[in-house]
Amino acid sequence: MIDHLPALQVVIPLIAAPLSALFRPGRAVWVLAMAASGLSLLIAILLLRQVLAQGVISYPMGGWAPPWGIEYRVDAANAFMLLIVSMIGTVVIVFARTIVEQRIRLPEHKQPWFYTAYLLCLTGLLGMIITGDAFNIFVFLEISSLSSYVLISLGRDRRALTASYQYLIMGTIGATFILIGIGLLYVMTGTLNIMDLAARIPAVSGTRTIRAAFAFLTVGVSLKLALFPLHLWLPNAYAYAPSPVTAFLAATATKVAIYVMLRFFFTIFGAEFSFNTMQLDRILLPLALIGIFSASVVAIFQTNVKRMLAYSSVAQIGYMILGVSLVSVTGLTSTLSHLFNHALMKGTLFMALGCISFRIGTASLNRMAGVGRVMPWTMGAFVIGGLSLIGAPLTAGFVSKWYLMVGTLEKGWWPVAVLVLLTSLLAVIYIWRVVEVAYFKPAPEGPAVREAPLALLIPTWTLALANLYFGVETSLNADVARRAAAALLGVAP
Amino acid sequence: MSSEATLLLALFIPLASTFFIVANHACPDWREGATLLSSLLLLGTVASLLPDVLAGGRPTVHLFEFVPGLTLQLTVEPLGMTFAGVAALLWPLNSLYSIGYMRGNHESHQTRFYACFAVAIASAIGIAFAGNLLTLFVFYEALTLSTYPLVTHKGTPEAMRAGRLYLGILLGTSIGFLLLAIVWTWQVAGVLDFTPGGILAGKIEGPAVAILLALYMFGIGKAALMPFHRWLPAAMVAPTPVSALLHAVAVVKAGAFAVMKVVVYVFGVDFLSTTGASQWLMWVAALTILLASCVALAQDNLKARLAYSTVSQLGYVVLGAALATSMGVIGGSMQIAMHAMGKITLFFCAGAIYTATHKTEISQMDGLGRAMPFTFGAFLIGALSIVGLPPLGGSWSKWYLLAGTADAGQWAMMAVLLISSLLNVAYLLPIAARGFFAPSTHDNEAGIREAPLACVVPLCLTALGCVLLFFSADALYTLLAPVAAR
Repeated sequence: MIDHLPALQVVIPLIAAPLSALFRPGRAVWVLAMAASGLSLLIAILLLRQVLAQGVISYPMGGWAPPWGIEYRVDAANAFMLLIVSMIGTVVIVFARTIVEQRIRLPEHKQPWFYTAYLLCLTGLLGMIITGDAFNIFVFLEISSLSSYVLISLGRDRRALTASYQYLIMGTIGATFILIGIGLLYVMTGTLNIMDLAARIPAVSGTRTIRAAFAFLTVGVSLKLALFPLHLWLPNAYAYAPSPVTAFLAATATKVAIYVMLRFFFTIFGAEFSFNTMQLDRILLPLALIGIFSASVVAIFQTNVKRMLAYSSVAQIGYMILGVSLVSVTGLTSTLSHLFNHALMKGTLFMALGCISFRIGTASLNRMAGVGRVMPWTMGAFVIGGLSLIGAPLTAGFVSKWYLMVGTLEKGWWPVAVLVLLTSLLAVIYIWRVVEVAYFKPAPEGPAVREAPLALLIPTWTLALANLYFGVETSLNADVARRAAAALLGVAP
Repeated sequence: MSSEATLLLALFIPLASTFFIVANHACPDWREGATLLSSLLLLGTVASLLPDVLAGGRPTVHLFEFVPGLTLQLTVEPLGMTFAGVAALLWPLNSLYSIGYMRGNHESHQTRFYACFAVAIASAIGIAFAGNLLTLFVFYEALTLSTYPLVTHKGTPEAMRAGRLYLGILLGTSIGFLLLAIVWTWQVAGVLDFTPGGILAGKIEGPAVAILLALYMFGIGKAALMPFHRWLPAAMVAPTPVSALLHAVAVVKAGAFAVMKVVVYVFGVDFLSTTGASQWLMWVAALTILLASCVALAQDNLKARLAYSTVSQLGYVVLGAALATSMGVIGGSMQIAMHAMGKITLFFCAGAIYTATHKTEISQMDGLGRAMPFTFGAFLIGALSIVGLPPLGGSWSKWYLLAGTADAGQWAMMAVLLISSLLNVAYLLPIAARGFFAPSTHDNEAGIREAPLACVVPLCLTALGCVLLFFSADALYTLLAPVAAR
């Protein structure tokens, strides 16, 4: 059994997805979905422990040895990613039930389909992470993308449909580019296995085909991870999707795309080719910086808080890409650590916002006056998530920001370090706007608003407390992240 | 009990009191009782650390790791002992005063007030006992955040604006400059621990030293070095007990204290004096001292005048640090304690006057001293201590600072200190003089009595404290001497 954990990691949610479509609406289907994601969390934890203790796990699918068969390959980097995705997946599914029953645009008898789409999305994300096969990445990417288009379109606002359609077009272009890139690699090397590709590419790396493949993959993945200026699909998609979907996608989908990017750049092409021959860091660095700065500024002027957080996500993705462009262990550590920490903070923020809009019916800032007094627990979680986003010490957000600062100073990039701090101040401004309105503006006249139900509060606070816990106990988001970074760069940790 | 356990207890008591304060929301007497009791407990706890520190002990506690190699660390050393002692000594007095003031003025949200106050004290204790720069930074930010609700206590648009300025400047400078400086230090030195003699010597050279020093000095916005001093006068919209403890003691002194810590334990006095990197800082401090005094002269609002006086007096501490001599360091450190005692007296008096008469402008206070002799008497003592006349505590810090300028051969700085003392006389003494000698205006004649006893007793005690400090300066010198040993 324990040998088959890598397969089970993907298979369990994959089987649970069609099963849940057979259920009647009600609690049972939710329990099934929760059990499936809970199990994948358990497996992810076991896998991480196993990898940290024994090193890389290679699992041949169906007994076909690599490079002929599909290989699942787990090292420190993707075991860490599996943990992030399955953890958020589990917390959000707990949160989702109340919203699904009352707040999404599905007739009641179709409600189980939400869980089908959700589990398929989870399957796709986990599959992209765990697989050791380049074409398999594409397959799982499509599974997760298609299901996420469906999930986004379930938002109650009709604009969710156009947002979903916009994402569909952009996402498909991205996926196509990735497919073209993988195809070109296959043409040149005759293999799809990632380790095999890594071994064979140096021999042909001077060719124009490989360079073209590199370019296609870069653009395709950048679309999926919403790197500035390819981020235009993201704000609408996040703003109009149902709140559990936003929380889930914001915390996982772009992160997995970043992981795929790291896999391609560092493992398949190798840091030498990607950053010395192709000089990718010279492209990533300015894009990351402009993204961080412009998205933070735009976030300040949003009146819809959900949209504001969406822009903030674009900025945070910039931080992660900035870490990549440092091409050092410290820089990559900050990226990986921020993948984890950002999942925690944005998960908390979007879920807290979900609680608020569940009660007041909107996420627009000027309707949130006085919410802090009537929903103290919800706003408490929001403040914790916000502090973590700003990077206040004792929260998880501080850890990644610390590594990012150290990484930039290691390189002697002064202006970059200053800009990172300046943009943290922008985060202070846009979070504080919400806090001020919620706590200090008098509540408007109207029907009394109550605290969110426990079913929503418990998962929200679970993540909020995780923000504090991982700000203090940093063995996972600092030590493991460092080992994962070392694994990606191929150096001793 | 071991000193390590005592150290943790000192941090824990104010935090725990927050819980009791909130729990007794409905019962004000119990709530205030919890505040008073925990403030006395804290005083006892901090006092019990003193013998160990005097004997040369440096109790240290590691709480947990932020990132590998960097822990949340608490260490007691003489400088921190002084600051913690000041904060712990003035909290009980201030609590007593708060009760009189808050009840006398029927302020709202009193539970929030006392709870935030306790968190602020806990942060101040954390700053005092911080064992490395990052720990200091954590508690520094906690202090900013916990005092924000106190500054905006009234909830008026004016208070909100002041709160935004307060938060904006303090968070902006600390994240923008201080954090950058800390990361830079970590990057070049590989450690952040406060170490006697400093950690930077030999690790960094040339103009970079002066730049790093500038990042620290302007990053510690609580020290109110010009041009980042605007938050201090703005924060005076807070209720007077807040202004008293937080803006004469905890917040601004946390800034001054952090400046001292950085100069003594991160750069090292020798390193600064050999590189001369702190020359510019001396001039900025001198400018702050003189300009803020001049601005204070022009203020008619009593609290605003005291606020600018604070900006100027904080400049003394920075100047002491920038002189980079033993005497300067001792004088600056003493100034933390001496100024705290004097300034809290003045603020208490301002609050007592407001409680009794609802007057805030100096020009309205003619003749009030005859109706409120204790308050104005205490005001006079506090003012004289700030000016630096014996037999009051303030004279010692001025004395050592003057000695420091002589040691460093900075005659211009000596002149600045002397001129500033004259300016202090010019903006503080007329207030007392008006109270006692000016003829009363017609509405000041009848019906004015001293403020409630809970207000008057603390201010008399702190005035007495100014006198006592004069005679106990020797003990303070003994405590601080190891800091300045080279």
